[in-house]
Amino acid sequence: MVSIVRQYPNSHPSPPVDQVGVEERVARLSQRSIKKESKVVALKLALSMIDLTTLEGSDSPGKVRQLCYKAKHLDDALPDLPHVAAVCVYPTLVRIAKEELKDSGIKVASVATAFPSGQSSRETKMEEVRYAMQEGADEIDMVISRGAFLRGDWAHVYDEIAEAKSLCADQARLKAILETGELGTLDRIRQASDLALAAGADFIKTSTGKVQPAATLTATLVMLQAIRDFHQRTGEKRGMKPAGGIRNAKTAIHYLILLNETLGRDWMTPELFRIGASTLANDILMQLAKETTGVYQSLDYFSQA
Amino acid sequence: MSTTTASLPLDWTYAPAPEKADPNISERYDLFINGEFVPSSDAQYRRIIIPSRETFLCEVAEAGKPDIDRAVRAARSAYSKIWSKMPPRERGKYIFRIARLLQERAREMAVAESLNGGKPIRESRDTDIPLSVAHFFYYAGWADKLIYAFPGARARALGVCGQVIPWNFPLLMAAWKIAPALATGNTVVLKPAETTPVTALKLAEIIRDADLPPGVVNIVPGGRSTGQLLVEHPDVDKIAFTGSTAVGKWIMKALAGTRKKYTLELGGKAANIIFEDAAIDQAVEGIINAIFFNQGHVCCAGSRLLVQEGIADTVISKLKKRMETLILGDPLDKNTDVGAINSKEQLDKIERYLQVGQEEGAEMWQPTCPVPEKGFWCRPTLFTNVSQSHRITQEEIFGPVLSIQTFRTAEEAIEKANNTPYGLSGGVWTDKGAKIFKVTRQVKAGVMWANTFNKFDPSSPFGGYKESGMGREGGWHGLMPYVELESL
Repeated sequence: MVSIVRQYPNSHPSPPVDQVGVEERVARLSQRSIKKESKVVALKLALSMIDLTTLEGSDSPGKVRQLCYKAKHLDDALPDLPHVAAVCVYPTLVRIAKEELKDSGIKVASVATAFPSGQSSRETKMEEVRYAMQEGADEIDMVISRGAFLRGDWAHVYDEIAEAKSLCADQARLKAILETGELGTLDRIRQASDLALAAGADFIKTSTGKVQPAATLTATLVMLQAIRDFHQRTGEKRGMKPAGGIRNAKTAIHYLILLNETLGRDWMTPELFRIGASTLANDILMQLAKETTGVYQSLDYFSQA
Repeated sequence: MSTTTASLPLDWTYAPAPEKADPNISERYDLFINGEFVPSSDAQYRRIIIPSRETFLCEVAEAGKPDIDRAVRAARSAYSKIWSKMPPRERGKYIFRIARLLQERAREMAVAESLNGGKPIRESRDTDIPLSVAHFFYYAGWADKLIYAFPGARARALGVCGQVIPWNFPLLMAAWKIAPALATGNTVVLKPAETTPVTALKLAEIIRDADLPPGVVNIVPGGRSTGQLLVEHPDVDKIAFTGSTAVGKWIMKALAGTRKKYTLELGGKAANIIFEDAAIDQAVEGIINAIFFNQGHVCCAGSRLLVQEGIADTVISKLKKRMETLILGDPLDKNTDVGAINSKEQLDKIERYLQVGQEEGAEMWQPTCPVPEKGFWCRPTLFTNVSQSHRITQEEIFGPVLSIQTFRTAEEAIEKANNTPYGLSGGVWTDKGAKIFKVTRQVKAGVMWANTFNKFDPSSPFGGYKESGMGREGGWHGLMPYVELESL
């Protein structure tokens, strides 16, 4: 077992967050009207930021292979499409995905640390990170121990993230899933964001997708502000991943607007922003087809996986 | 197989997204007197321009002395023959009808307001027009309930009200003035501002379409001299004015010794106080809303930022970054955050203050946003290294210009906030409720916002201390200046 890197203080001074103000800001940014070429640019960028995800008990090697093919060939009928950023699966399917995606430039992300609840011993969770790494994962999406965090045992959460990060070493990037839907307030979301960033998470991620509410624009704005302040303090650029419930192109564009107007152009890249989603890609493809042909196509024309 | 990746950071500029609704603006507008549009006595027309383009919008008749006489006569006659005799609930029905018609035409009104005034369509669409509608609805409800507003007394209308309004919220100010006057049974002669008469004249069309009895509302565009004629007209019973403190003082002198009542809503130099324990990112957003809303053409704008010294650097750095993201440009574009300055005259005044600020040794900063070639534009501006004695701290600029000072204790913030001839509004930002109460009780201002700014509601009274004016508009309190109370 890796030793504790350093203790996170239990009373880290995160700035307070005013929920009313955050909601007003989000409402205002959601009024942005994105048209024509700026819409096409946004749609393609959103596609390139997708972590195409399947996290079901029923996931099979066949299903993952299909998903990987889709990740590489989003829609061969449409010109100049990017590929998605990553495919996100359970640890046991990492090897399959890795084989399918070799040389494609698409990363394989694995959930870990007793996803989605995080309710296991620290040893078991770290063992799972090790296993996912051995299977070849490029990215680890770990869940934080919400119970410990809400109890006030922030050091526990900090150490967990720091240890997972040290296991990732140079091979993988670490995403810390805060499960914002379980944290209760925007203040706690901000505190958890600051904690995860300090502990070394390369990305902070809203949700597992298994808890409602999953990703929200308000939670995402607060997390982006935490990333901005962290960058201001340290000069380091960390990433953001809203995940869960982002199903259509319009919502995805709303997230990009938040990103653009909070962190700016330096973050407008899959290196620093991801969208965890399973069905978003097809809606974006429909929108792009509409921008090309002028009419909406039936969903029947787009492959499900 | 697709291979392109969008791995390079992207400069994502939003494509133009203009609001395309037809504003239905006529080439020429006449005076609205006694229920119909009539040319002015000397057939003078003023050219109204689009401030964001410096192009012709329409021409509008200019009311002279005979026209003001005619309008006041029409209002007097409508008052004594019809409006004062009408059952209050019938009056209420007319006001409700105006509200509904205005609501139905909200979109075209928003476009007209942005074209004529220069404000972003986002603001005219989401603030000016809905609030105007809300005012009519709110006061329509009071029309037949005045006995409950003033228990034990009979509220009698004053008669003919002369109303003079500014150019910063042309339709909203018309609504603020007309709605309570009608609800209490008065008739109205309203003079819109000389640069922004269009939505008031469109409102005249709505009033005509609502079948309001002729003469109950008369709208007489014109410049300062027209306003003067109205204020000095002997048969006007009450003057309601919103505008500059200088004109307000002139009105007080002009009305001294007359029987006329008056309310004045004048200038401001509001302090926006940010404490160290505030939610900083939301406070920064609040600072932006406080001073750059409507290009700072807001009497209650938070034009003096007082920030506690421990977070001053952080706040200023965040503020600058946020200001870099403000989109300045075409007021009709749905993505525009900062529109055009209302007139050349106002732009000159703002630019003089920018000059004065720098000459006084303050440090000026503006974002790098591009500015359109034609039209009247001023980049959002902030001044640091500013003291209480700087003119940019003392005087109302009425533009997108923020002066920033620091403070150490709450007492110092309160003292600085009150050290002004004005007292219209103010803001306080802190995570501690007790501090909110402490500060808001001691700052002398008609409205204090806590952890927000520039929030308006028809049920809430608005008005100032000291040289910011007298009387209140809005809410139950806004009925008071339009009635005389008789004991029952």
